[in-house]
Amino acid sequence: MPHHWIPNSAKEVKQEMLKETGVDNVEEFFKDIPEKLRLKKKLRVGFGKPLLEHEARRKFLGILSKNKFTGFVNTHRVFLGGGVCVHYIPSVVKAIVSRAEFYTAYTPYQPEINQGILQAFFEYQSLMAELYGVDIVNASMYNASTAAAEAVRMALRVKKGRERVLIASSAHPEIKEVIRTWVKGLNVRLEEIPYRREDGELDISALHAKLGDDVAAVYIESPNFFGIVERKLRDIIEVTHDAGALAIVNANPLSLGIFKAPGELGADIVVGDAQSLGVGLNYGGPSAGILGIQDRRELLRQLPGRLIGMTKTVDGLENGFMMILQTREQHIRRERATSNITTNSGLEAIAAAVYVSLLGAKGLKKLGEALLGRTTYFLGTLRKHCVDAAPLFEKGLYFREVAISFKDRDARDVISQLEKQGIYVGPPLSRFYDAMRDCSLLCLTELHSKDDIDELVSKLALVLGGEAR
Amino acid sequence: MKYRQARWDEPLIFELTSGKDKETFQLGDDYFAKLGKEALTEVAQNIARKEGPNIPNLSEPEVVRHYTRLTQMSYGIDVGVVPLGSCTMKYNPKICEDLANDDRITYAHPYMSEEYLQGLLEMLYTLQEWLAELTGMDVCSLHPPAGAAGELTGVLIIREYLRDREYTYKDEILVPESAHGTNPASAAMAGFKVVRIPTDERGNTDLNALKAAVSDRTAGIMLTNPSTLGLFEEKITEISDLIHSKGGLLYYDGANLNGILGIARPGDMGFDIVHLNLHKTFAAPHGGGGPGAGAICVKKELADYLPKPLVRKEGSRYYLDYNIRKSIGKITWFYGNIVPAIKSFIYLMMLGPEIREVAEVAVLNTNYFMKKIKELPGVDLIYGRERWRKHEVVISFKDLLRETGVSAEDVAKALLDRGIHAPTIYFPLTVPEAHMVEFTESESKRTIDEVVSAYRDIVRQAYEDPGKLKEAPRNTSVGRLDALRANHPRTLAPTHKYVKRNISG
Repeated sequence: MPHHWIPNSAKEVKQEMLKETGVDNVEEFFKDIPEKLRLKKKLRVGFGKPLLEHEARRKFLGILSKNKFTGFVNTHRVFLGGGVCVHYIPSVVKAIVSRAEFYTAYTPYQPEINQGILQAFFEYQSLMAELYGVDIVNASMYNASTAAAEAVRMALRVKKGRERVLIASSAHPEIKEVIRTWVKGLNVRLEEIPYRREDGELDISALHAKLGDDVAAVYIESPNFFGIVERKLRDIIEVTHDAGALAIVNANPLSLGIFKAPGELGADIVVGDAQSLGVGLNYGGPSAGILGIQDRRELLRQLPGRLIGMTKTVDGLENGFMMILQTREQHIRRERATSNITTNSGLEAIAAAVYVSLLGAKGLKKLGEALLGRTTYFLGTLRKHCVDAAPLFEKGLYFREVAISFKDRDARDVISQLEKQGIYVGPPLSRFYDAMRDCSLLCLTELHSKDDIDELVSKLALVLGGEAR
Repeated sequence: MKYRQARWDEPLIFELTSGKDKETFQLGDDYFAKLGKEALTEVAQNIARKEGPNIPNLSEPEVVRHYTRLTQMSYGIDVGVVPLGSCTMKYNPKICEDLANDDRITYAHPYMSEEYLQGLLEMLYTLQEWLAELTGMDVCSLHPPAGAAGELTGVLIIREYLRDREYTYKDEILVPESAHGTNPASAAMAGFKVVRIPTDERGNTDLNALKAAVSDRTAGIMLTNPSTLGLFEEKITEISDLIHSKGGLLYYDGANLNGILGIARPGDMGFDIVHLNLHKTFAAPHGGGGPGAGAICVKKELADYLPKPLVRKEGSRYYLDYNIRKSIGKITWFYGNIVPAIKSFIYLMMLGPEIREVAEVAVLNTNYFMKKIKELPGVDLIYGRERWRKHEVVISFKDLLRETGVSAEDVAKALLDRGIHAPTIYFPLTVPEAHMVEFTESESKRTIDEVVSAYRDIVRQAYEDPGKLKEAPRNTSVGRLDALRANHPRTLAPTHKYVKRNISG
């Protein structure tokens, strides 16, 4: 049946083309498919018949309206954390990534006709390198979880022969699970390093005890899953290096406007997620995974993923951009490639580049401060007005996210009570740790005003049975 | 066709400053920024960033103009034809963009209770069902964020399935030499040895070579059907029986599904696992490299191994099911790339049961083009010369190179000069001087005729004045680029820091 997306489906055009091709019927083209494999029935796809655009729109909106969550207008009451949080997406970012020259482009295999998008990727790599304090960042991975998994695999190749990788117990549980999945098939033992009860930071003496000459890498997050900033990151990296292992640090990009960059502190491989840089939540994806390294030959040779470089035209007169070091990649190296990654998160990487360009160093610093300010304000208000809840780590430095304990109240129950009042908090930590029944995460961003935070605390106090003052 | 691409001498964003800071876009407010600053001095002095990152402070219009100029020096499917073989560069319907950019999706948090996102979950569940029907498989998951991630998921499923049966000696995955590079790379990532299988003259997997390679060690085979030559694997049933008889599994690389969509199904051919590229066959855009979305579909016996979670339905309620007994785990955090999946949902909703038209016209376009292009001097098909193609066709300029010195790359660059994006070149590796051409169903006869006439023009020039073609492209934003310089350790420049360093050094 002819369709407006398919130019040559128009009957007369189709007939003309068939004739010029020398066949009577399209069936001719499919005769080499064994008869019994050729479908005779119509497939049950769609809603009984093709929908016209206005019908599809109505159908789509009808289904989506079953969401009780009503979108941006609601986000000042969404305090959900867990690696990703509600952050504002500037209109400029949306406008640029909605340009069809970008979003309908393929991977720039023909650089001369795609200089613009190549330059945008090059700028993404450069801007992230500045933010994370490293020399090289690739053109993106799928998200932080796969960037972390690829970083671990990469470290195992660089430190060939070493068969243990140490992972901070305070890392995001889903990232830990992704790493575990991605190293199946490799000869490696993953071991966890505990965090300290008092401040939630990595227990450096435990790390010290676990390190040895069979450890390839240490993976750590700052802020970690509980929202705790690792204040001893430099020491952790030094201890790791003393044992000859690589330090992989996953940092939230918005924390880097105010906190020292992991690369500056000596991290060999840095990881991050671009979700907070104007990409959006997207119910968990897509985002873009940031993966960067220091300029060392052994690291660069093992770096997975696409990399854009600046070069000159053959005549040497003009600058230009193209994909580089492709001999690392699957389409050339096949089973000996550094990774199978092909499609990445190009458009989200551009979103991140536009976001960072838009805020500039000034805007990033101020946003970082404002985020830390909110965490501080929330904890202060909680201490004053809600005695039945407390931060999980009394002496920890929280940024953006806070692990909070409800003192023996089931967190799932507390969360669902808050939901009924239109306030979304979570995830409950029992989702990941059986022993943390009374704990939850929550997240405070630029989308939450002082009033919103006050309301959160007072509602929380009410739910927990305390008096809201 | 005459073509002149925009040529802005647009500096790097770092070079746009006049040395004076502008007022930048602000998301931080004074009240909380002050609190934060105080906290930083009090408790975090030693980890406070002393000097901000070297990121320029520009005003909003400056940033918008910079990136808009960059878009003008880019080329996507809305600008012109992008016949990259195996990439399925079809039209990305605007309605899909329009609807999927709803802020109820953009701002949906992955840890929000399912109860508040029933509409979104319903769409994902429905898409899972439709994809199972289209592939002839039992269960589909939207978990993998891209095709390659789908492959890794698939080979890990094979691995776990075999280990459960204590078939640990099964450590080889068979891959045809014409396969996408991701297949061997994925198999190797899961710890398998890769055994290459040659192609016969008709363009099929060489059955004799396959029989010789199959053994007790065979864990499975990864096939794309139609192959990267655009040819349907005629002996697919025999291949399937052979592999299964040795206790191995069949893995289907869905990158080339567009040519048989609604015509034949991998599930009926005997495949046990299928990955799909929603950003190819199902019209989600490529974004200049990503994001994609890769569904993974399996037969019943393998459903317990799928990654966590699956979207399921109980009564009228949709939920995320983490209770998957032998799950391989998680390939990505959360649930996959949801936004492209929603676009595919809309795409399928508008085509519905008439989806077969997509394959019919895509295949007609390929063969119409092939019929015309193979008449040109210097052009050969190498494999299966007498056979009809499906989604794509591979042509070889081996003879042209021998006779004129003009290579497949030169021809590609000359296409750019005519406003046509070049096809995939030098792939598959088994075809010398290859152009792998895929028009999809989205290109009009007029466009295909233009491409044919561009090729004709270029081939004629190759025989008359080959030197001229070495100078192509001239009408793009820049001329041909120096790949040697780009990759040389001394001139390598993967970020802007190196540009400065290379100039001063």
